[in-house]
Amino acid sequence: MELFLDILSWFFLASGSFFCLTGAVGLLRFPDFFSRIHATSLTDTLGAGLILTGMMLQAGWGLVLPKLLMILLLSFLAGTTASHAMAKAALKSGLKPLVNNEENQPGEKPSKP
Amino acid sequence: MFAMTCIALLIVMALALIRAFKGPTLYDRILAVNTFGTKTVLLIAAVDFLRGRPDFLDIAIVYALINFISVIAILRFFEYAGKNSVEGES
Repeated sequence: MELFLDILSWFFLASGSFFCLTGAVGLLRFPDFFSRIHATSLTDTLGAGLILTGMMLQAGWGLVLPKLLMILLLSFLAGTTASHAMAKAALKSGLKPLVNNEENQPGEKPSKP
Repeated sequence: MFAMTCIALLIVMALALIRAFKGPTLYDRILAVNTFGTKTVLLIAAVDFLRGRPDFLDIAIVYALINFISVIAILRFFEYAGKNSVEGES
């Protein structure tokens, strides 16, 4: 039982670290602010949830478990609210999303005459 | 295993710092700082479990609250600043 819990928590910690790393690579390499916020907020929520779940499996019953649950709940609520507020503030102050239509491609000419 | 999580979180924080220094607009920087704060909370918890004595989880809770409040406050400050705040390099 102990070994099973260890393996399960290792799996959760490793997958959470992987999702955090993909989110950071997306934050660094995506071309636009809105695509960056998409990558970061999604992987933030999933990675933090997985890492905290792995820690909860390691913690066992006690006072540590409610604290980790509180961090998990807080990170879910605060992360999503903060990313929504960021996207709304950026739209309101005039930042345009990068749209893939015909006028906006610099390399190729529109096919219509 | 917690050491690997700590190293992954440190790499994530380094990449977020690179985006915070490079970011072309103001909101990229705010997004990078928000990511940095969230990963700081996770790093505090991971270092606690790495040391074997999870005593600092209260600090992680307080850090999550402070991070959220500061990001919301900065956004409220710049939300009505108009179009000058988007193009500027600061």
